[in-house]
Amino acid sequence: MKKRIVPLLAFCLALTLAGCGGSGGSSGASAGSAVAGKKEGSIYYLNFKPEVADVYQKVAAAYTEATGVELRVVTAASGTYEQTLKSEMAKSDAPTLFQINGPLGYLNWQDYCADLSDTQLYQHLNDPSLAVTSKDGVYGIPYVVEGYGILYNEAILRKYFAMTGAKAASVDEINNFEKLQEVVEDMTAKKEQLGIDGVFASTSLKPGEDWRWQTHLANIPLSYEWSRSNVDLTGDATREIAFFYSENYKKIFDLYLNNSTVDRKLLGTRQVMDSMAEFALGRCAMVQNGNWAWNDIKGVDGNTVGEEDVKFLPVYTGMDGEENQGLCIGTENFFCINAKASENDQKLAADFIYWLFSSDTGKKLVKEDLGFIAPFDTFSADEYPEDPLAREVADWMNKEGIQNIPWNFTLFPGQTFKDHFGGALLQYAQGNMEWADVVTQVVDDWKTESANRTV
Amino acid sequence: MQKSYRKYAVFFILPTFIAFIIAFLVPFLFGIYLSFTKFTTVTNTQWVGWDNYVRAFTANRDFTHALGVTAAFTVVSVISVNLLAFGLALLLTRGIRGTNLFRTVFFMPNLIGGIVLGYIWQLMINGLLLRAGVDITYDPKYGFWGLVVLMNWQMIGYMMIIYIAGLQNLPGDVLEAAEIDGASPWQKLRHVTIPMVMPSITICTFLTLTNSFKLFDQNFALTAGAPMKKTAMLALDIYNTFYGRVGDEGVGQAKAVVFFLMVAAIAFVQLWTTRSREVEQ
Repeated sequence: MKKRIVPLLAFCLALTLAGCGGSGGSSGASAGSAVAGKKEGSIYYLNFKPEVADVYQKVAAAYTEATGVELRVVTAASGTYEQTLKSEMAKSDAPTLFQINGPLGYLNWQDYCADLSDTQLYQHLNDPSLAVTSKDGVYGIPYVVEGYGILYNEAILRKYFAMTGAKAASVDEINNFEKLQEVVEDMTAKKEQLGIDGVFASTSLKPGEDWRWQTHLANIPLSYEWSRSNVDLTGDATREIAFFYSENYKKIFDLYLNNSTVDRKLLGTRQVMDSMAEFALGRCAMVQNGNWAWNDIKGVDGNTVGEEDVKFLPVYTGMDGEENQGLCIGTENFFCINAKASENDQKLAADFIYWLFSSDTGKKLVKEDLGFIAPFDTFSADEYPEDPLAREVADWMNKEGIQNIPWNFTLFPGQTFKDHFGGALLQYAQGNMEWADVVTQVVDDWKTESANRTV
Repeated sequence: MQKSYRKYAVFFILPTFIAFIIAFLVPFLFGIYLSFTKFTTVTNTQWVGWDNYVRAFTANRDFTHALGVTAAFTVVSVISVNLLAFGLALLLTRGIRGTNLFRTVFFMPNLIGGIVLGYIWQLMINGLLLRAGVDITYDPKYGFWGLVVLMNWQMIGYMMIIYIAGLQNLPGDVLEAAEIDGASPWQKLRHVTIPMVMPSITICTFLTLTNSFKLFDQNFALTAGAPMKKTAMLALDIYNTFYGRVGDEGVGQAKAVVFFLMVAAIAFVQLWTTRSREVEQ
């Protein structure tokens, strides 16, 4: 008996050891191949944008070919960037290049953000005020400019304008809320003739899918609140808000809810993708979203909306002088370099981002494949991506006499505030909460969540 | 002979023991440590003492509310799942035609993942509520009972299998003796069958209790806490806390430790009470 056990045991042990040895060996081999490259060190970029995950593999190959430096790009699944970053940063092989979403993101990651003021890329930034700064340092460089507003399908609008009794003759006439409301409500009345289910796509209010309202739409009244009372956005004054233009928010939100493809009581399980699909399939004429949505629209099976028909309209909320208001243009994508990485790796990461936005190969990738509107002076005015929405954003940026709204939602006090706000909006849509209570909740929550900020 | 086995005991235990340490003990102890710190990543921590525990209960009422929802859900689903599963097990041990088919069919939902189930049931419940012109998020009651139905649908089959195994192992002589003594079917069930399948009841209540308490996927996919976190259970609240607020990871961790203590305490009490009712066969 004993004789039989010993070989068996030895076999088991050998098996486990072989297991360990095998994995050790393979990791050694991959490390070896990295070292075998022409230069020491490598770059590890944790990408935020799942829609361009494949493109980054192309970028990595191109960069390694051009410089011999190994570039590894890992993409976090949609909506899980913070989670992924948290666990990746804890590893010994941590990302050397990552991104934050603005000043609040910086507060969370300040221990990991290296000063970028001496990097070449920063010197080429069109507008240095866009960068994330703190005291004398620069800790995040914006690398893409994005814009959002109301997307409309011009083919459907043309059909409407051609009808007798249309409230407007062209889109150019829609330059304030009153006109927008008039047109939208008239379109709703004629939706059968127009062949649509509603003017606006469904107002997605499922928790986690409500950012178009609690973040993007809310940015507009709050930006007006801050700009009209000259609030210093870098100071503590933003720790409290009055939600002064809440009625304006309500106006546009009601317009969305009441002229939609879906009844306002059925929104609690709707997702953003549902809305984009409705728009892509021509079941509605308008949807609030940004230029990043182009890939979603294009990717919907059987989409009927023509590339030349997708256009932007600013989100009008009934503010004085909003005839000159443009889209909401800004960014929440800032490159950061891991301060805890080795000096050499930090330099490699800085070299890579400069290469991406300055070399011919890099610029071509940015423009054609990544589809970014790059905020650097290495790009001339006509070097914009080909996709129709990015072109639209670029056009709006350069329009005479138009004032665009900045992305001030980077100052919103965290996800908990946004989640509560979204929950309140859902209850309001369902008729279970008064608007006045929504406003009170937003104001109170803003205050408590700002105080809860331990940083 | 016995002795020579013992010499090797340590070798046999070792692989599992190492796995246990790596995959359970270390993360567990580390997690407890983290609940006393403020951290962004697990390698960058700062000691804050009991602060996180205080904030878990005082920052807002989410945690206590989630506790209430979880407790109510657990009570309802433990009772309903076990009653229905036991009932089905009784039916399907009587030699009805197609017994095997029924057993398979009832067991199948258990093989589907929680997230998928959550979405499927969300569609079905929404379809039903559409007649009233609302959806599952309209009233927290819809979400709560939807979750109970989902849980029952998923768990009954599995518990039924355990009960069937218990029932099939009943010694025939005891039942026969009871019959000869003139016991009614109800008396047989109450005084013979149930005491004899007590080990199965212990296991089934333990499984349903802990699973209901720890429920996450189904909760996340069905309502994600809507409306306004009124249907969020503890695990979902911990998840939301961890990722919802900058600098609040430690609070989420503290909630998780409290959560563990509660699950452990309840499970121990349950095991102890049902065990004490088991009889030697």
